This record gives sequence, C-alpha cells and structure tokens, in this order.
Amino acid sequence: MSEMPGDLEYTKEHEWLRREDDGSVTVGITDHAQAQLGDLVYVELPEIDQELEAEGEMAVVESVKAASDVYAPVSGVVVAVNHDLTDDPESINTDPYGDGWIVRIQPSDDLDSADLMSPDEYQAMLDELDA
Amino acid sequence: MTQKTVLFDKHQVAGARMVDFGGWDMPVNYGSQKDEHHAVRNNAGMFDVSHMTIVDLSGERTQEFLRYLLANDVARLEIPGKALYSCMLNESGGVIDDLIVYFFASSNFRLVVNAATRDKDLAWIRQHAEGYDVRVNERIDLAMIAVQGPNARELAAPLIDELWRADALALKPFTAMYAGEFFVARTGYTGEDGWEIVMPNASAAAAWEQLLAAGVAPCGLGARDTLRLEAAMNLYGNDMDESVSPLESGLGWTVAWDPADRAFIGRAALEAEAAAGGLRRVVGLLLEGTGVLRGGQKVIVDGVGEGEITSGGYSPTIERSIALARVPAGAYERAKVDIRGKLKDVRIVATPFVRNGKIRIEI
Repeated sequence: MSEMPGDLEYTKEHEWLRREDDGSVTVGITDHAQAQLGDLVYVELPEIDQELEAEGEMAVVESVKAASDVYAPVSGVVVAVNHDLTDDPESINTDPYGDGWIVRIQPSDDLDSADLMSPDEYQAMLDELDA
Repeated sequence: MTQKTVLFDKHQVAGARMVDFGGWDMPVNYGSQKDEHHAVRNNAGMFDVSHMTIVDLSGERTQEFLRYLLANDVARLEIPGKALYSCMLNESGGVIDDLIVYFFASSNFRLVVNAATRDKDLAWIRQHAEGYDVRVNERIDLAMIAVQGPNARELAAPLIDELWRADALALKPFTAMYAGEFFVARTGYTGEDGWEIVMPNASAAAAWEQLLAAGVAPCGLGARDTLRLEAAMNLYGNDMDESVSPLESGLGWTVAWDPADRAFIGRAALEAEAAAGGLRRVVGLLLEGTGVLRGGQKVIVDGVGEGEITSGGYSPTIERSIALARVPAGAYERAKVDIRGKLKDVRIVATPFVRNGKIRIEI
C-alpha cells in the first residue's frame, strides 16, 4: 500500500505536484514510483531557468536497477532544483513527498488545463495496475 | 506462464518484489537492494537459485564426452568433488552458455547451467551425448540455495548433519561433496566465501527457514547482479552470447589449449580468431564523476576506436559506478562513455573491483 498525501495532484507517469502560494509548483515522484525503482543512487537535475514542456523530459532518476525519466507535469520554467539530491538521492526513497522533492516550476499555462489526477483518481489508477 | 521455485511462498511472505527471469518468477529484492548487497559483503545473505538447471551426466565415456563438449578441460579435475568453470561453445566459437562442472568419477559429472538457456543447452548436450552413450539426467527434483558472505559457511553449517559437517567446513574453494541428501559446494557468484547447497525440493523450505532464523539475509537478483559485477564475473546474455567468443569476453583463461590434440567444439574457430589477432578485450571501467554506467552505452577511446559496456551499474561497496566493457585492442588507461548524449570520463581498472569484502581498485 503506497502512501499518498491528499493535498497533492498526480500524473499518469507517477509524478506528484504541489501548488505553492507564490504560483509555482513543486514536483517529485510518488511513493509508488520510488518503490518500483528501488534504491536511488543518482539524480540528473535540470538547470535553473531551463524551459520545460509538459510531458517532456525534466530529470533522470537512476536506481541500483535502472535509469528512469521524470517528465514535467506542466510547461514552465525551472525556478529551483533540489541540490541535496546530488549527495543524498536516497531521500527520494525515504521521503518522496518531502525531502525527496526534485524541482520547482513556474508554470507558463493555466494549471487547470493540465492533465492531472486527484489522489482518488491516482489511487484508482494504481489499483488497476495491481489488478 | 512463468515457473515458480519451491521457495516461491517464502519469497511472498518475505515481501519480495518478483520479476520474470528466464521464464521463472524470481525475487529481485525484498527490501533495500543495497542492504542485501552489504549483508553479503559483511555477514551472510542467501539466494534462491533453484531456477538454475542441474544436469547429471553418467556413462563410461562421460569424461571423454565433456572433453569434446567444453572449452575448458575436465581432465584437469582429478580429485572427486572438484569443480571447473567452462564455456560451452558452438562450432563458430560463440558461447552457448557458461557453466560449472563438478567431477566425481570419469563416468560421473554434474553440470549447473543457466536457467534462461536451459532448452537450448539441454538440446545441445543431448545431441552430442548420443554418440558417447552418455545419459543426460536433468534434476528437476532438486532445489538450490546459495549462502554467501564472510560468515555464510559458519551460519549454514548447522544445516549439514553432524556426520559430514566438519568435512563440509573443510571443503576447499571450488570443491563440493555429498552430505547425505545435501550436495554442498564451496562456490558462488558474489566474490565472497560461501556455499551453494543443492537439496531435494522437499527440504528447501525448512532449510530456508533455518537460515533465516540464523540471521542470513534473503537477497534477490538485484543484489546478485551488483555483487557479481563488483566481482567482475560475467553474466550470460550481457557479457557474452553466441555472437562472441570467450577470447573476446574476458574468458580466455577458461579455454584449455593444452593438450593441442583435444578437439573440443569451437576449437578451430578460436584458433583462427587468435591467429588473426586484434581481439577486443573486456576491461573494468570506473566512472570518474557522478552518474551510472549501464549496459549498451558506447565507450569512446580517443585515437583507438569504440567499444561498448556489456554490464554496468552502481557499486554499493565503492559508492561509484563501475562497468565491464568490450573495447578495442590497445594499451590505454582512459576512455569516455556516452551517457544520454553526454561524454563522461572513465578510467580503465584491473578487475575484480571488489573481492572478499575489500575494494581492489585505486579509487
């Protein structure tokens, strides 16, 4: 059973997104995603000010098993990256919704038009994957 | 439809993440793969390797048959129980599989071959055994648990009946013996000391439970892969296959050229290849910076040519990324690897990377 905070939104690629008060969004990968990947050993982060396109490659997370792309859930500009992941990629395993955040993006489009799921919708998708 | 080993229920109870491996539903990790890796390096871990194919060969001409079938020479085995690592080649010198052969008598040997290559291996062995009147008996009635680590033998010893326990603990590396219904071999695929224990299917669950109670950590295929990579042991299908010879797979040492009149399958092709020269070689790579080397990535050697990583990954012991790569002939110490379009510096290092818990390369 994966942990899943109720105040976040989710993508079909297993990223989570939190709307911040300043209009930016913080993005990471879900508990389900980190469990699938196994122990994280390396994270390739985007540059600050880099422009991202929704569903385009944003970062790469590498576990002991494999490399996996992380996709931008929305279009926008990178305003912050979690440099702590360089030395401590495992915080994605231990705290995927907290210390394991990956980037903060200033969205260029209206968020309500983005393809995002509520916690219930994401849970339903996971249930279907398990079935 | 995947097959299940007799320990499948034990893996489920232990919370294993399962994966299809060569047609078998096998545990890839139970909890943290890194913890499993360190358990083997520092104490003891166990692997269900019951998916591997055990084949007993018997008949008067078995030794003669194996001297024809295998690139290494079983005539080197003189003490009963002694084991030998060998490649089984096709006529063009490509590797059909790598295996361990155990010697008991010139009329009695045991082979342990890979699970993913079972069908073609058995077909090949049977096809050639016919002419030698050798009986080929696949032992689907047997399970196998590999117990590996500096404390592995001590922790596993209580499994062995007292009658044979002292003898089992006295086994030399790459040697095996029967201990009642158990077959104990001081072999493994991790670069650590330990045993591979073959037993009747019906005894496996109790043995697993006993090892668990003794503090031996269940380990999955994930840790098995990082451990064997640190030990620079080849993985069939990654580091070699039917398209390459052992001479270009870092396995030239397993080819027994002497005596010159032993006409094993693939010999003529290997001799022609060796005579032609310019063979690619397999080297160890250490990534200088951050990132992870993976199989299939291109290796670029300035002024020499290009090669390819055959196995790569993160080394939990060294805490850097390491790889095995097939590269062009020549003397050089540095190369670059193309990781997702970025060229990263790697150093060529002597393998193994890690052996018996110790890092063997200059960091």
